[in-house]
Amino acid sequence: MRALQAEGVKTIFGYPGGSIMPVYDALYDYTRGEKKCFDHILVRHEQGAAHAAEGYARVSGEVGVALVTSGPGVTNTLTGIADAMLDSTPIVVIAGQVPIGALGTDAFQEVDLVGVSQPISKWSYQIRHAEDVAWAVSRAFYIARTGRPGPVVLDFAKNAQTEEIDWEPMKCNFIRSYVPYPKLDMNAVQKAAELINSAKKPLALVGQGVELGNAQSELIRFLEKADIPAGRTMLGLSALPSNHPLNVGMLGMHGNYAVNLKEQECDVLIAIGMRFSDRVTGNLKTYAKQAKVIHLDIDRSEIDKNVKTTVAVVADCKESLPALTELINENSHQGWRDSFRELDKKEREKVIEPAIHPKEGPLRMGEVVNMVAEKSADDAILVTDVGQNQLFATRYFKYHHKRSICTSGGLGTMGYGLPAAIGATFAAPNRQVCCFMGDGGFQMCIQELGTIMEQHVPVKMILMNNHYLGNVRQWQDMFWMRRKSFTKMLNPCYEAIAQGYGISYQAVTNRKDLSAAVEKMLTTDGPFLLECAILEEDNVLPMTPPGMDVDKMMLEV
Amino acid sequence: MENRKNLYTLLVYSENVAGILNQITAVFTRRQVNIESLNVSASSIPGVHKYTITAWSDEDQILKITRQIEKKIDVVKANYFTDEQLFIRESGLYKLSTDKVLENPEISRTIRRFDAHIIEVNPTYTIVMKHGITEDIISLFRALDTFGCVLQYTRSGRIAVTRGMQEQVSEFLEERENG
Repeated sequence: MRALQAEGVKTIFGYPGGSIMPVYDALYDYTRGEKKCFDHILVRHEQGAAHAAEGYARVSGEVGVALVTSGPGVTNTLTGIADAMLDSTPIVVIAGQVPIGALGTDAFQEVDLVGVSQPISKWSYQIRHAEDVAWAVSRAFYIARTGRPGPVVLDFAKNAQTEEIDWEPMKCNFIRSYVPYPKLDMNAVQKAAELINSAKKPLALVGQGVELGNAQSELIRFLEKADIPAGRTMLGLSALPSNHPLNVGMLGMHGNYAVNLKEQECDVLIAIGMRFSDRVTGNLKTYAKQAKVIHLDIDRSEIDKNVKTTVAVVADCKESLPALTELINENSHQGWRDSFRELDKKEREKVIEPAIHPKEGPLRMGEVVNMVAEKSADDAILVTDVGQNQLFATRYFKYHHKRSICTSGGLGTMGYGLPAAIGATFAAPNRQVCCFMGDGGFQMCIQELGTIMEQHVPVKMILMNNHYLGNVRQWQDMFWMRRKSFTKMLNPCYEAIAQGYGISYQAVTNRKDLSAAVEKMLTTDGPFLLECAILEEDNVLPMTPPGMDVDKMMLEV
Repeated sequence: MENRKNLYTLLVYSENVAGILNQITAVFTRRQVNIESLNVSASSIPGVHKYTITAWSDEDQILKITRQIEKKIDVVKANYFTDEQLFIRESGLYKLSTDKVLENPEISRTIRRFDAHIIEVNPTYTIVMKHGITEDIISLFRALDTFGCVLQYTRSGRIAVTRGMQEQVSEFLEERENG
C-alpha cells in the first residue's frame, strides 16, 4: 500500500480473490477513514479492470492500476495487457500468486503468470518476498510510465504479501540496461531539417507519441513554422485539434481520402510518434515510395521496422520537435495544401454528407456521432469500442482538447469501450465521456454496467445497434461473396437491461428524435444509455481494402 | 527481390535475472527464425551474462530481431555480426568404437590430420575432441563416419568474441553509470 502511495496512485480498479486477500485486507484501511488515500473501483470482471486502467491512463497521462487475484483473475486481464502493449498505454497489473512454496505444484488458481505475460508486457516480474515489494513496485511504475510506455505485470506471491519487514521506501529512476529517453542526435536533426527545408510537398503523420510525450504545442509550432499539412493516426487524433488549419484528417484504411492519396505524392514524409501500422500503410511495397522519410520516434526498434527511413531521429518528441523547429525555415506550402481541398470536396460529397446528413432511410452511425459531437462539450472525451462504431466515431467526432480519445487501435479489442469509459471518467471527472459501442462489443463487457451502477459513473453510452457484427459483415459483403457467416445477431431488450441496472435509457428510431435524445442524454446526471436503431447494412467508407495500395482507396462500394 | 540469407551471430548481454532466455528466444520464435546454436555464459563484466546465438537470416530481419531483443528491459546490449567480424570457436565430441579404431589405422591418421585430440580411451570406446570452426568439426565427423566407427557425436554451441579491443558493453555501462 505504501509503495503504491509513494507512486502517487489514486485510483485502483480491481477484483479480489484468494491469493490477493492480504492486499485487499490492507486496502480496507487505506480506502476509508483517516488512512484513506485510494479509491478502489470494484469491477465486474477482471478484463474490465485492465481496460478501465487503460482508459484512466490514456486520459490522465498517469499509470493506470489493476489489482486482481491469481489464476483466472489475472488471465482475464491478459487481453487488456496485450491491448496496452500494442497501444503503448502505461498500466501496472498487480496480481496475487500462490505462496512460493506452492509454485510449480499446479496449486489451486496457480498460473505461470510471468511466463504467459512476458511476450505481451513491457516488464513482468514475480515478487517472491516482502523485501522485494518496494523495489519491484517502484521499478514497475518507472518502466510503465517512462520511454515508450507500456503494461507492467507484478506477480505477487501470497507469502510476500504477509511477511513482515521494516519498510524502506524506494524510488526507481534509473535502470542501467534500460534507456527510456535516447540522447538526441543533432546530426540527424540537422539532416531532417535540411530535407524539410528543401521539401516542396511535405506531409506530417502525427501519432500518439505526441500525446504520450506531451508535445502537442511543440507539434503545432513545428507544423506552423514550415506550414506542413498533417494527418493523424487514430490514436493520435487529439494530438492536433480537428479545427487546426494544418490538420488534413485521419490516416489509414478508413481515414480521410485526401491524406491517403497524398501519402503517395508528397516528397518528404515526416512521421512523428507513429509506427506505420499496416492499417495506415496498406501495401508496404508501394507505400510512399516517392518520398524521403523522416521518422521521429522514442523507440529505436520502430525505425525501419515497416517503412525504410531516410533520416531517423530517435528521441522523445518533446525534445526532438523543438530542436527540429529551431533549424527549419519559415515556409509556405499554400499550393500543396490547397491541392488537398479538391479531394476533400470529393470525399465530402460522396461520403461525408450522406453519412452525417442523410435525408431518408434508417439512422446512420455517422449522423449519430456527428450529433453527439455537435452537442457535447468542447473537451468531451471520445471512447469507442471496436468495429464500425469505432470507425464512424473516430471519423466524425471532434477533438479540441489533448488526450480526448480512448480506442483500441492496435489489438482491436471488442469489449474495450465500456470499461475504458469507466476509467476515463475517473481520470477526468469534470469532462463528458461519450462512449460509442456496437451491439457486439457492448455485450462483450456488458457486465461493467454493474460497476457503472454502483459507482454512478456518468458515462454517456451510445449503443449503435444494427443487429450485426457490422464490420465483419461489411468485409463479408465486399470480399467474401456476401456470405454473411454468423454476423447477424439476435439482441436482448437493452431497455430492460438498463432498467435492471437502474441506468437512464432512451431509444431513437426516427431521425427527427435524434437531436432531443442526444440532448437529454448529455443533460441527464449520471450514466445514460442511448440506443440508436441503425441502418442494418451500412458500410464504413472510404476504405482501402486490406493489403492494397493506399491510393486505391475507394469512396464507394 | 529475394533477400540473401547469411549466418549471423548475435551477442546479447543481459543482467543476471531469471527469464531472459525465454524473452530472447521468443523474439526468434515469433518470426519463425530457427536458432542454430546458443551458448550462455558469464561475461568479463561482473553480473552480466553473455548469450551467443547463431541464426540464418537476412540482414533486415536480423536487425529487427536484434532491436526487439535489445528493447527488453534487462537486456543491456544486443548486436549482430557476420563471421568475419568475430573470432569464433566451437567444439565437437566424437565417441568411437575402440575396436574399430584399432582395426583401421586410417582412423588415427584422420584424427591427427584434423588436429583433434584423443581425450579418453578404454577397451570399449575412445573419446575424441576437436575445437575449431563449424565446418572443420562437421568435416571430421563426416570423415570418421565413413569408417563406420562413430558411436556418438555432438557439437557445442558457438562461442565468439569480437575482433574489437574491448567487451563492447563496458563502454556503454560506464556511460550509463557516470552519465
